[in-house]
Amino acid sequence: MLYREAGDFKTSYPADNQTFPIKFDRWGYWVILAFAIFVVPFLVNDYWASSLLVPFLIYAIAALGLNILVGYCGQVSLGTGGFMAVGAYASYKFMTAFPWMDMFTVTLLSGLVTAAVGALFGLPSLRIKGFYLAVATLAAQFFLVWLFNKVPWFYNYSASGQISAPERSVFGITVTGPNTEAWAQYAFSLVFVIVLAWVARNLTRGTMGRKWMAIRDMDIAAEIIGVNPLRAKLSAFAVSSFFIGVSGALFFTIYLGAVEVGEAFGIQKSFLVLFMVIIGGLGSIFGSSRAPRFSCCFPWCSSWWASICWAGPPTSWHI
Amino acid sequence: MPDQLLFGMEVALNGLMAGVMYALVALGFVLIFKASGIFNYAQGVMALFAAMTLVGIQNGQVPFSYLINAIFGTDIQYFGWQAPALLAILLTVVVMAGFAWLVNRYIFSHLVNQEPIILFMATIGLAYFLEGVADLMWGSEIKKLDVGLPQGINDWIDQTTFEAFGYGFFIDNLDIVATIIAALLVVGLVLFSQYTKQGRALRAVADDHQAALSVGISLNFIWVLVWSIAGFVALVAGIMWGAKSGVQFSLSLIALKALPVLMLGGFTSIPGAIVGGLIIGVGEKLFEFLIGAPYLGGATENWFAYVLALVFLVFRPQGLFGEKIIERV
Repeated sequence: MLYREAGDFKTSYPADNQTFPIKFDRWGYWVILAFAIFVVPFLVNDYWASSLLVPFLIYAIAALGLNILVGYCGQVSLGTGGFMAVGAYASYKFMTAFPWMDMFTVTLLSGLVTAAVGALFGLPSLRIKGFYLAVATLAAQFFLVWLFNKVPWFYNYSASGQISAPERSVFGITVTGPNTEAWAQYAFSLVFVIVLAWVARNLTRGTMGRKWMAIRDMDIAAEIIGVNPLRAKLSAFAVSSFFIGVSGALFFTIYLGAVEVGEAFGIQKSFLVLFMVIIGGLGSIFGSSRAPRFSCCFPWCSSWWASICWAGPPTSWHI
Repeated sequence: MPDQLLFGMEVALNGLMAGVMYALVALGFVLIFKASGIFNYAQGVMALFAAMTLVGIQNGQVPFSYLINAIFGTDIQYFGWQAPALLAILLTVVVMAGFAWLVNRYIFSHLVNQEPIILFMATIGLAYFLEGVADLMWGSEIKKLDVGLPQGINDWIDQTTFEAFGYGFFIDNLDIVATIIAALLVVGLVLFSQYTKQGRALRAVADDHQAALSVGISLNFIWVLVWSIAGFVALVAGIMWGAKSGVQFSLSLIALKALPVLMLGGFTSIPGAIVGGLIIGVGEKLFEFLIGAPYLGGATENWFAYVLALVFLVFRPQGLFGEKIIERV
């Protein structure tokens, strides 16, 4: 947070380990959560959902995932776009191969597939460190994008090479496809953000998170005190890729609906998410949700402002 | 000799030439990384910017003409003179030096002592910014760059090889010139860093910032100097790439290809950048020719360099010529 307590008044370990040590924050968190759950879905329309809220939520998940890897475990990755593509294509294959499967299962399974791929590409991190690793993860980025372009099985041999999400529903409510209502998109993404943020927060303050942080701070020292670097690094890659895969799946199914891999999951996406993590603060779960707010809001605000300045009322004014 | 083998040799030779181009970009990276520990992602965009500035000055284009015309409603585009190539190159070097000063004054002097990843992200931001400025300044259309370098097939090589093997090799004159210039550039840089006062100061800074400060070397000056030199190397790379395929925005993407080159050669080694560039150039062309195009559906050049570097690093984490990584607790 931007401010902190003056002094240290904690008397117990749970108090010390609290997520929001300040009462104001605690209340603020519940108020924002209540607002997001009980108010926003009833106000949201297509314009707000697709230009601001849904991308914000989806990028928040990706940033959470990357933050686990970069911020907590100290392994710089530029393969985010590629891993998001894995999530997207996995969800596409699940959706088309098992049409009866509901979207929660599809999204979580895509996350698991991405976790496996991420752990595979995390293997070099055992030998390579720092910038060398960052560039090595570019191999994942370019290779995966190439793979999804070149192997027709991934896009079901469609003529355009694109994938597009068929209509699927959760509890009888359509969440993908062109007939989705804005509030459904929003609510579906929101559920994932809330649950995954909670998971991330609790992972990072548990045993696993402490191991990651030990590896980040000094990997050799961590090894000496008994942290297994293989398991710590690979678990960070797997967990982070799981988050990124989920966000990639949502990005494709909920947000875009149709995707061309080089365009949607190119190297720009990797940088965008890394920017979010750095702007939000390395090693901060709440930063990860703040930064997409900035990154999504800022272009939106500036384009809105620019359109007023240059062309009179914005063209999207008719909403 | 069988045709396939000869053709393969030609591919390898052309790969070697492409490798020189990669090495030119990688060289700029190494210079800045050695001196300031900044991993300069903007190097490719600097090459683009330098090439665009060169073309702009040569053709007497008015900078920011789009902006000026949009604001004042005027219609100016050209000053109406053609600058000679040498003068234009000199002026571009001055512009790049000015750019180096600005970057150090307004970006990196505020980021002293930050983590390398923060500096890296700052250079990514710089890359986007510079791309936008280049677009606004000189326009986004593809430009033809002509500084009088020879181009087209080299007849002598074509004929000699035809007489020897019955198959004429196609080697572009421009590639040969690029190779010679790259060699001269490296020799020049080595001489500069070994035998001049500034060069020694530069090596001192690369070795240890604080020790260099304590013997009275101005870090600010050295950083501006090294960014200027990197700007100059970027200009050379920009001229070569621009003459080859026109000055266009995809030029900035070659920066990415320089990354696996760097990994192979080691981030801190100038010979490493050259050798790495050659290995990557030959490797990706041969892979595409032997395996990529026949069996994998082509376009493997996009990723082969990275995977090669990745596999290589697993066996030798510091690259070919990088300093041995010593880790202490």
